[in-house]
Amino acid sequence: MARYLLRCTALVYLLLLLVLPVGLIGWRTFEHGLRPFVDSLTTPEALHAFRVTIVVALWAVAANTVFGVGAAILLVRHRFPGKRLLGALIDLPLAVSPVVVGLALILLYGRFAPLGGFLERLGVQVIFATPGMVLATVFVSLPLVVRAVAPVLEEMGDEQEQAARTLGASSWQTFRRITIPGIRAALGYGVVLCLARALGEYGAVAVVSGRLVGQTQTLTLFVEERFQNFSEGDAFAAATALALVAVVTLLLTKLLSPKGGT
Amino acid sequence: MAIEVRNVNKSFGRTPVLRDVSLDIASGSLTALLGPSGGGKSTLLRVIAGLEQPDTGTVVISGVDATRLAPQRRNVGFVFQHYAAFKHLTVFGNVAFGLQVRKRPKDEIRRRVGELLELVHLEQFADRYPAQLSGGQRQRMALARALAVEPQVLLLDEPFGALDAQVRKELRGWLRRLHDEVHVTTVFVTHDQEEAIEVADTIAVLADGVVEQVGSPHEVYDNPANPFVMRFLGPVTRIDGHLVRPHDIELSASPQPGTTPATVSRVVRLGFEVRVEMTVAGEDAFAQVTRGLAQRLDLKPGDTVHMRPTVGAAAH
Amino acid sequence: MAVTETPTRERAPEPQAPPAGRPARARHRAGTGLGLGTAMVYLSLVVLIPLALVVWRSMERGPAAFWQAVRTPDAWAALQLTVLASLAVAVINLVMGTVIAWVLVRDRFPGKRLVDALIDLPFALPTIVAGLVLLALYGPSSPLGVDLAYSRAGVVVALLFVTLPFVVRTVQPVLLELDRDMEQAAWSLGAGPWYTFRRIILPNLLPAMVSGTALAFTRSIAEFGSTVLISGNLPFKTQVAAVHIFGQIESDHQLGAAAVSTVLLVVALLVLVTLDLVQRWGARRG
Repeated sequence: MARYLLRCTALVYLLLLLVLPVGLIGWRTFEHGLRPFVDSLTTPEALHAFRVTIVVALWAVAANTVFGVGAAILLVRHRFPGKRLLGALIDLPLAVSPVVVGLALILLYGRFAPLGGFLERLGVQVIFATPGMVLATVFVSLPLVVRAVAPVLEEMGDEQEQAARTLGASSWQTFRRITIPGIRAALGYGVVLCLARALGEYGAVAVVSGRLVGQTQTLTLFVEERFQNFSEGDAFAAATALALVAVVTLLLTKLLSPKGGT
Repeated sequence: MAIEVRNVNKSFGRTPVLRDVSLDIASGSLTALLGPSGGGKSTLLRVIAGLEQPDTGTVVISGVDATRLAPQRRNVGFVFQHYAAFKHLTVFGNVAFGLQVRKRPKDEIRRRVGELLELVHLEQFADRYPAQLSGGQRQRMALARALAVEPQVLLLDEPFGALDAQVRKELRGWLRRLHDEVHVTTVFVTHDQEEAIEVADTIAVLADGVVEQVGSPHEVYDNPANPFVMRFLGPVTRIDGHLVRPHDIELSASPQPGTTPATVSRVVRLGFEVRVEMTVAGEDAFAQVTRGLAQRLDLKPGDTVHMRPTVGAAAH
Repeated sequence: MAVTETPTRERAPEPQAPPAGRPARARHRAGTGLGLGTAMVYLSLVVLIPLALVVWRSMERGPAAFWQAVRTPDAWAALQLTVLASLAVAVINLVMGTVIAWVLVRDRFPGKRLVDALIDLPFALPTIVAGLVLLALYGPSSPLGVDLAYSRAGVVVALLFVTLPFVVRTVQPVLLELDRDMEQAAWSLGAGPWYTFRRIILPNLLPAMVSGTALAFTRSIAEFGSTVLISGNLPFKTQVAAVHIFGQIESDHQLGAAAVSTVLLVVALLVLVTLDLVQRWGARRG
């Protein structure tokens, strides 16, 4: 008896909060067929938004992957004082509001800010330009690769690496031929999570980009801007595209999950 | 009769685990359910406890039909192989649990828990947590916990299986002494025949979901009902198509009435006994004799020795 | 010692030296130093210095100016709404998250695996899409006839959406690993299902429940994208702290923005530190 009550409560809650809303977006988008969907997404602004989003995301993922693997190795295979502190600092971005991220970056890299002014004089504009958006995206997705790789690195143990070294392999060879293959699945998992986060970032990028349509507008910013300008069709189309990316991401993470999926 | 099991059948999916099992357990007895792994002993125990439901058949406990009764209502104590300690409660909390369920007054609980902890020699651990105890201590705590509610029947599922050999031996004797003191009808499951013989006063041999034999340790060892029981309860060797116990074989240097010549292939000293491996009429067999006899016979591989089964020995 | 015996006489033999002797260890230590240095530079340039500047900027004109900025009517209202809504969301998640985890672990029904996979969707979905999606279902053009736009209930619904996975995903693994024997032991001692849940299962789930709830709370107070559309951002009514900060940045009130940001950071920090302490205290008992 209690079992049915619990099941119903859970399913109804999930239906109202999760399933219906997401289903509705798909419905609204394709209500009038595939044509309007494609049209919305092939306007110059939309295409530009796609481009900006992908460029920013790829840079951010590349940077965080390198950092992620390096930091994971540092935390797991090396000993030094303050290791726990480093771990906590790496997790810090998870607790920071996206708009605060934006503000923080403006305060350092804005035109009148210490580092920003210096870079401006060198001809590099950070805020209201792509570099700033990359920084913001790096910030919010920073911990993801580290957190995916570190536990697997820990579980793997360093015996294989030690064995490789006794057989004469250099550090780099050991890394490339033993460590990387060992963490392959977890790395893939972390990269997918990082990419999803990067593609979907809104708040931090909204602050830092200046939301200049056709210049610094990512797909998420496109969704909001189109909606505020009463082009609901365009907004829903882009939202659906992003939702589809999210679903694909979910599937990939299930496949790559270190626990082999539920 | 404390427990009467009648015609119980139980299958998990398509696999039958208990086949038409009927068993009587006398009040106040200490019975072992003995058999190989997967033979259905644990399942039978859990059916008696109400943790599993039989497909057909009945279970009567102290005259009451308990077949469809929930485990809560059967007043049966259960001790698990891996202790099932409530890890977030202290030793005191664990033992007191059943009494708290029955809403006993606090001082009664304190008194009773104190008695039980003394009984199992865990008085000074009352405020510790199970994680801080050794395996043997945890199992004693589990026993005290089960006894706290004065069950009609105490069931133990391979209670010493997770402990090392030394602790296991200690706790075996300890269980026997506990039973002598407390006199509650006790049934325990084991796959170790030595344990069953040493501890129980009745042994029920179960294999492949069927009760093969029920009897005292002496009966099942010396008068096994079939070759399986004979094999399971102790060492056997095959002489002339019959199964005989190796220590029921007499050896002599010269022919005696009823002996058969055999060629010694190997002599192994096993501490206080000696195993003489030999070939009889083309078949391999072995005998177990005392060190004294072995010394007197002074056998070496290749020697001829004369052997015969002791008159009246168990055979199949 | 003959000259031919040790080709590298300057290296004194060490009892447990790896084949390459001292240089390998020194190399390892140098590697640690280099790695740590690089990581710290990266972290500092991206995360630490920018955040430090936020706090610094908020204090730049002294504590009085800080408090003044935090206590302005709209800032204060935004903070109050954020904290209260997040507390409500935390409590709802505590209950519903545990219920959902329970159903996913203990129950069996067709489509369970699909439902289980969907739980992670709020993690993967961009917040603005979540906002749009909720507005479509619970806004002016709602097919269900429920209009939560411009209301606090709308804000709460948005926050519930984005925090859905937290408690579920922290409780699930604990529930999966829970020793079923403990429950059966409790039954054999006479405890009914509810009593068993209350005294045996719940205490063992509590750490995970608390941890998930704390994470949901910290996510909630920081939330921006999903609330932007459905709330309509009415100051004093439905404007959450993050949206308020956004407005301050847009109108170049950096001090105001930094002050409220600092408050959010401090609250998040307090919750996480408390959680860590509680977890460590709990670990000592287990």
